[in-house]
Amino acid sequence: MSNQAIHVPTMAEFAARGEMPEILFWVGCAGSFDDRAKKITKAIVRILNHVGVQFAVLGTEETCTGDPAKRAGHEFLFQMQASTNIQVLNGYGVKKIVTGCPHCYNTLKNEYPELGGDYEVIHHTQLVQQLLDAGKLTVQGGAFKGKKITYHDPCYLGRANDVYEAPREVIQKLDVELAEMKRSRANGFCCGAGGAQMFKEAEKGDKEVNVERSEEALALKPDVIAVGCPFCMTMMTDGVKHFNQEDTTKVMDVAELIAQANDL
Amino acid sequence: MAYIDNILFALLFAAGIYWFAQSLGKLRRNILLGRDLDLTDNKPMRWRTMIRVALGQSKMVTRPTAAIMHIFVYVGFIIINIELLEIVIDGIFGTHRVLSFLGPLYTFLIATFEVLALLVLIGCVVFLVRRNIIKLKRFVSKDLDGWPRSDANYILITEILLMSAFLFMNAADRQLQVMGYSHYHEMSSAAFPISQWLIPIYGDASPEALIMVERFCWWFHIAGILAFMNYLPYSKHLHILFAFPNTFYSNLKAKGGFSNPENVQNEVKAMMDPSFTPPAPPEGQIQRFGAKDVTDLSWKQLMDAYTCTECGRCTSACPANNTGKLLSPRKIMMATRDRLEEVGANIDSNKGSFVEDGKPLLGTYITPEELWACTSCNACVQECPVNIDPLSIIIDLRRYMVMEESAAPAELNMMLTNLENNGAPWQFSPSDRLNWANEE
Ligand code: SF4
Ligand code: SF4
Repeated sequence: MSNQAIHVPTMAEFAARGEMPEILFWVGCAGSFDDRAKKITKAIVRILNHVGVQFAVLGTEETCTGDPAKRAGHEFLFQMQASTNIQVLNGYGVKKIVTGCPHCYNTLKNEYPELGGDYEVIHHTQLVQQLLDAGKLTVQGGAFKGKKITYHDPCYLGRANDVYEAPREVIQKLDVELAEMKRSRANGFCCGAGGAQMFKEAEKGDKEVNVERSEEALALKPDVIAVGCPFCMTMMTDGVKHFNQEDTTKVMDVAELIAQANDL
Repeated sequence: MAYIDNILFALLFAAGIYWFAQSLGKLRRNILLGRDLDLTDNKPMRWRTMIRVALGQSKMVTRPTAAIMHIFVYVGFIIINIELLEIVIDGIFGTHRVLSFLGPLYTFLIATFEVLALLVLIGCVVFLVRRNIIKLKRFVSKDLDGWPRSDANYILITEILLMSAFLFMNAADRQLQVMGYSHYHEMSSAAFPISQWLIPIYGDASPEALIMVERFCWWFHIAGILAFMNYLPYSKHLHILFAFPNTFYSNLKAKGGFSNPENVQNEVKAMMDPSFTPPAPPEGQIQRFGAKDVTDLSWKQLMDAYTCTECGRCTSACPANNTGKLLSPRKIMMATRDRLEEVGANIDSNKGSFVEDGKPLLGTYITPEELWACTSCNACVQECPVNIDPLSIIIDLRRYMVMEESAAPAELNMMLTNLENNGAPWQFSPSDRLNWANEE
């Protein structure tokens, strides 16, 4: 991936000029702090920069959507987070949000409206698909041409919100062989991170969920396991390492695939 | 003396209906022990969901063998019960096949019933084989140990007996018709496509013996149906009724969106705006965050519990269960129903009010270990053929553990503390949130 400088304007900068970006990029905690996920964040920014989408981030004004607190059962903390965020978002008059994480996407889209935060929310794979469909983004070169890619459905994008096709259509634009796992789309099998599991040891069992899922993905002998969620990224990467397959199978976010194919 | 049969029948029938109505009333009472929840919006969509999922069995298709067999049993059972109408009239007025004046239509109906009866028989036999001989994983699971496993088998055997009685009754009837015996007036042989093959079994039995068989099967059939109906409230088979209201009151929103409990909303509002006083909880309800017992759940969650077919599709898709964890969403539903029944019985035996018994759902029936294994992946919700939401119960119980008992696992407490202090689940400073933009 190139080291071209990226341009990340903030909402505050726009507001200072009395302007409003087309879309707010909600980065999320993983996208902001997790080393691997930061690369996904940058890939998304590179795509946005490349296409010339007018976007902004909240930067230090962003704070967790509260998703992990809510899934863990701490509704207070969730709603406190939500009301803080809604105040900021409404303060800026935000209308449209793209997220780099299905959990943020789900929370903003489905749980904030009742608490006073009503926005049009899309996931980054949906934005990329829209850009491709509108001809604003074309996939050049073919770093992945002919490669075998399997896509792991994040629960919070798939079942939780019925988004199954956008990421697949984006991947298919790369001229690759899209191989489906036996459990995919509505039957997709969790990576094991959801419901706040990411932040704790698994309960007693005979296998790790991510090992089970990675095994299923690796059985297809893919060149790439594509994901659309920073938590799935962690889980699947660990799973691939568990089987010592990290040299033959890469785990990449859909945004990274597009950015890399376009040498962004 | 001539009317003794009619009177006996009328009494039996009235008692069956009365007792069933009593049971339904009790189920309703138990369900309404749950918290209020308004699910009356978007009626057209609700009707469509019910027609698609309950009537149309749309979620069964993912498992084709089960789907086809289930359609046999389901359609067969419903349509054959049209015959009940005739049975009731005949029973009360002492007529015989009162609807046969319909002529060819009647012939067609009876023939259809016979074919369906055979399909029900086949379906039930296949189901018995899957449960007891092939031993499909979801049916040998320890979730079903004891009563639930017997329950399933009793139902299948009963259905087989009922259908057999129906066919043997027709066979005896037909034989009597052929013999030209008294009021067994001749019908078209086309009415008996299946039972005609049973006639040879009777050999050269006398008309009296045939009448005995015919009458016995007739009584067995109707008494069986009444008994079956009254067995429903104690069985997973209740789903044949509850599937309809339960899908009607389905969650129509995206599965990922969890509820924002109103009492928490009020607390947060009060915290933000000191002039706001949260409304008092409804009379007789304890103000609790999350759920400790069934009465803290919503009426829909309780209806879910009564609707559960114990099919185990949820559990067979559950990532936690698939990797050997204790959690089984089916068991969550069964435990909720068991506890609700217990609470109902408690109320009945204490003159209409619940007397604390120290056996709440959380802890007694469902352990924290189960609850903490859930990844909230929604696979169980997706799989359920009758739109049950086990996940919402899991989350409500977690809410109680975390908000009322501060009993989250230590690592989660750490995450929650980070979130509270830094606005992120990890220990990073909020002022570093945009650092990624300037890093190599
Ligand atoms: S939501 Fe929880 S209980 Fe349901 S399938 Fe997923 S892990 Fe299992
Ligand atoms: S909750 Fe639904 S899927 Fe699970 S056992 Fe009950 S009926 Fe079957």
